[in-house]
Amino acid sequence: MMTLVLNEEQLMLRDSARDFLKGRAPVSHLRGLRDNASEEGFSRELWSEMVEMGWPAILVPEQYGGLDYGFTGMGIILEECGRTLTPSPLLCTSMMGAAAIVKAGSDTQRESILPGITSGERLLALACDESPRHEPHKVNTEAKEIDANYRISGRKSAIVDGHIADTFIVSAKTGNDLSLFLVPANASGVTVEPYQVLDTHYAANVSFDQIEVGKQALLGPLNSGIRTLDYILDVGRVGVSAELLGIALEAFERTIQYLKERKQFGVPIGSFQALQHRAAHLFAELEMCKSLVIKALRTLDEQADGDAELVSLTKSKLAETAHLATTEAIQMHGGIGMTDEFDIGFFLKRCRILESLYGDHYYHLDRFARQRGY
Amino acid sequence: MTDTGLFRKETRDWLEANCPETMRHPYRNEADACWGGRNCKFQSEDQKNWLKRMVARGWTVPTWPVKYGGAGLNREQAKILKEELNRIKARPPLESFGISMLGPPLLKFGTEELRQQHLPPIARGEIRWAQGYSEPNAGSDLASLQMRADDKGDHFIVNGSKVWTSYGDLGDWMFCLVRTDFAAKKHEGISFVMFDMATEGVSTRPIKLISGKSPFTETFLDNVRVEKNQVIGKINEGWTIAKYLLTHEREMIGGSGASRAGGLPVSKVAADVLGTENGILSDTVLRTDIARFEMDECCLALTMERARDEVKAGVSLGATASMFKYYGTELNKRRYELLMSIKGQDALDWEGGSNHDGFLPKSWLRSKANSIEGGTSEIQLNIVAKHLLGLPG
Repeated sequence: MMTLVLNEEQLMLRDSARDFLKGRAPVSHLRGLRDNASEEGFSRELWSEMVEMGWPAILVPEQYGGLDYGFTGMGIILEECGRTLTPSPLLCTSMMGAAAIVKAGSDTQRESILPGITSGERLLALACDESPRHEPHKVNTEAKEIDANYRISGRKSAIVDGHIADTFIVSAKTGNDLSLFLVPANASGVTVEPYQVLDTHYAANVSFDQIEVGKQALLGPLNSGIRTLDYILDVGRVGVSAELLGIALEAFERTIQYLKERKQFGVPIGSFQALQHRAAHLFAELEMCKSLVIKALRTLDEQADGDAELVSLTKSKLAETAHLATTEAIQMHGGIGMTDEFDIGFFLKRCRILESLYGDHYYHLDRFARQRGY
Repeated sequence: MTDTGLFRKETRDWLEANCPETMRHPYRNEADACWGGRNCKFQSEDQKNWLKRMVARGWTVPTWPVKYGGAGLNREQAKILKEELNRIKARPPLESFGISMLGPPLLKFGTEELRQQHLPPIARGEIRWAQGYSEPNAGSDLASLQMRADDKGDHFIVNGSKVWTSYGDLGDWMFCLVRTDFAAKKHEGISFVMFDMATEGVSTRPIKLISGKSPFTETFLDNVRVEKNQVIGKINEGWTIAKYLLTHEREMIGGSGASRAGGLPVSKVAADVLGTENGILSDTVLRTDIARFEMDECCLALTMERARDEVKAGVSLGATASMFKYYGTELNKRRYELLMSIKGQDALDWEGGSNHDGFLPKSWLRSKANSIEGGTSEIQLNIVAKHLLGLPG
């Protein structure tokens, strides 16, 4: 039966991830990447250490050199990455990429890609959005069947890790339906335009100008792309939710600590009821979020088809609560929270990115209601 | 079949055979709830039989030991029973403060003699209990209570008044907080006593509420004799028991936010009343608030499930009853606000008309008490801030 607490082994994984990240990649790591104008927005050196820890192998089946440890394990690590705001390809490659290939990949695709995910050499990115707001089923990019090949044309925007990926998972119209394709970033006709987003991470807009791929590039069956895409996105949404949980908890705990230390009118400001009640309310909301994240992770592990209603509930609630936690963190820190020197602002920025990634709370509120039949 | 699978099947079969058809609908008015007690008047044969059958099975208090009238079910089985009851929308056979409030402290702190005396009649619905906690000058500051109990050897003589006694006029016995040491600090001179409300000197006066109903009374004690063998725990150490009971009271009140008490989902009511267009609720603005509410409803239910799992795994945070009470009652108030909005003009009928004599607006008004009774939302937030977050002051 599904239990909503971590077992011994999972707790050990959490502790070791926390120790590693606090030691090797605390918030100062992200600050350093920004201040040194890192071109990729993450550290290849740190990534190779994560590979040594086995993190990219978590979702990969054993026959491809992976650990086959499941989504709950991956979520635990992403939550810890949220606490330290550590940038890495874990979400896009090790979670969404691996899940996509395991779920929909052909034997050939699995053999050619999964070992590279395990070793950290392959980097994937999902190229699905085309408009400013998330509307994954509204696709203009087209794939035309020409002889034995597909010719893909279109433009995808805001692709997380789009600047480093060697392979894009691209959604494209095939007739009246959608299909997914694995497109090499170095294919002729692919133009990658990287840019920096407000939390100093990088993303890219990518144009596909009549690029040609063979039939073996199809990910999953032709014309059933929506189902696979929704699955990959749902996996990503749960991963983002886990990261948001870490961000929210860390911002909250730092704020509570500050309320105990900061004195005004001769007393700690945490003794004021106006702040206590807001903190206590936030605590309750965070407890709700913990339940959602573990439930959503366990469900990904146990139900092959996933649970769209639960995923949307989770992403919506996490987006709203992490937003509340980080904005309250700024307000309760007062003036110092507005300074660049102090770390709390980094949490606000990272949160703002993730809360809208793969659908903000408005998007998921609507999807939740639709799933419930209203 | 697994043990739990077998238990589920047996439970389902038994409920199918024994739960009368008329007991498989949500309450339509207050009289539909059965509270038992010496003066219990059943509304129907079905209501009477439903209680009788559940009592015989030990399922009014499924987790209590068999010797006290329970069925000795483990947590897993109790959960299955609850799910199966929900599945057929069965009404609770018995509403009881004896079960939800007094039972837990009596099981934990009571002597064997007291348990034998009080628990089986509670399980059978024979004795209806009332709660003597709040006083006119002791509301949120409960520990400042002043009801006076003077030591007379083998008994106390008690004087003073209580307020907000739920159904005080219908109670058979009362569990009550009294001051037994006036010199001690306020938390240290309180005792937890029980007495028969038929004892000479006990009287009640109803309090009429904004709902037009009088579910609460003031309760006056004028030289009432209370036996010393009716004290739970030690004399002057009643505050521990009072707080323990409060956590259960808060869980009960908070839990009302997680369960719909047999009612329909808010979105279902909305779809029935407002209609849908292309599968989307016609009023799209209201839809947003409904979805937000139903999400939080899921959150609370999942978090209660996680809290149970944590207890089982021995990693419980403890002291979360206040959080659940706060969250659940605020949620329940939102439920009634939404139902009032969904039903529009129809929600405003008070008497006559076709809307069950104002059951909805009366319930809406009643729900306003949820975040006051058992400790206000603000008191719960104080407790969370102090005990769970460690904030000063």
